[in-house]
Amino acid sequence: MKIELIQPFINAADAVLAETLKSPTRIGDVSMEEEVYRRKGIASMVTIKGDIEGRIIFDIDTPTAAKVASYLAGSPMPESEDVARETVCELANMVIGSAITSLNDQGFRFKINPPVVHLDEVGEKSNEDQEALVMCFDTGSGNVFMNIAMRYNRRRRADNRPS
Amino acid sequence: METFPTLIRKDNKPIRYLVVDDSVFARKNVAKMVEAFGGEIVGEAGDGCTAITEYDRTMPDMVLMDITMPQMEGIEAAERIVRSHPDARIVMVSSVGYQENIVAALQKGARHFVQKPVKSEILYEVIKYVMGDDAAVATPAAQES
Repeated sequence: MKIELIQPFINAADAVLAETLKSPTRIGDVSMEEEVYRRKGIASMVTIKGDIEGRIIFDIDTPTAAKVASYLAGSPMPESEDVARETVCELANMVIGSAITSLNDQGFRFKINPPVVHLDEVGEKSNEDQEALVMCFDTGSGNVFMNIAMRYNRRRRADNRPS
Repeated sequence: METFPTLIRKDNKPIRYLVVDDSVFARKNVAKMVEAFGGEIVGEAGDGCTAITEYDRTMPDMVLMDITMPQMEGIEAAERIVRSHPDARIVMVSSVGYQENIVAALQKGARHFVQKPVKSEILYEVIKYVMGDDAAVATPAAQES
């Protein structure tokens, strides 16, 4: 997986989490996952189709979600699965929106689907063509996991123009 | 939250807002900000279709509208509202801020764009700009009345 594809997502997650939680974040464990994805808490998944294809999963536990939700809503929120689902989807929305803004400005064109709650305990197995990078963002409110699996589908428009 | 001088309409009444976003948190967050600016939330909607009916019902001074939503996206809802109400002031509030998206929204009648996560100082300035001469910073006398 090319770093130029995932860097915008890392930058966006870092910026959105820091801005939302009003505190700096630290990137903790980073690993390439070849086996199936195993859900850690409440997860949401966004799929991308176009010049770049793949999926991004955000994963967060319920206590962390309640803390993040309180920042998002601007007032204390209870710990519940509903709050966690809403939180992880809104986080995914903001991070992916910011990342695709950057990728779009680089000339990539694609369509994103709104986040969906990822209910399966395990996800699809990665493959040679589409291995997954798992990152843990250590925030003052708890850990947020981001799992990215993406590949080029077509070369970007600028590269296809005749020289 | 940072404090801001109260923004009011020319008739010294609070600016009335319709907040449209499929995320309850995003709506709450934006609502809290505009209330801190002295505004009043007159309606909320979680999708584009509801936004249109809520606009007709509440006739707000300003709509703060997300783009990516179920059923009907924000840009289409903005277009439909502006078609029926050419003076509607709609500000798109979205995490998807690439140029084509912004241009599409402006072409369909939106007045401005604010990127998520929303910064209150930016939202304040955008509201002030879009309201133009129809709003002003309240003087202490106006706030008392």
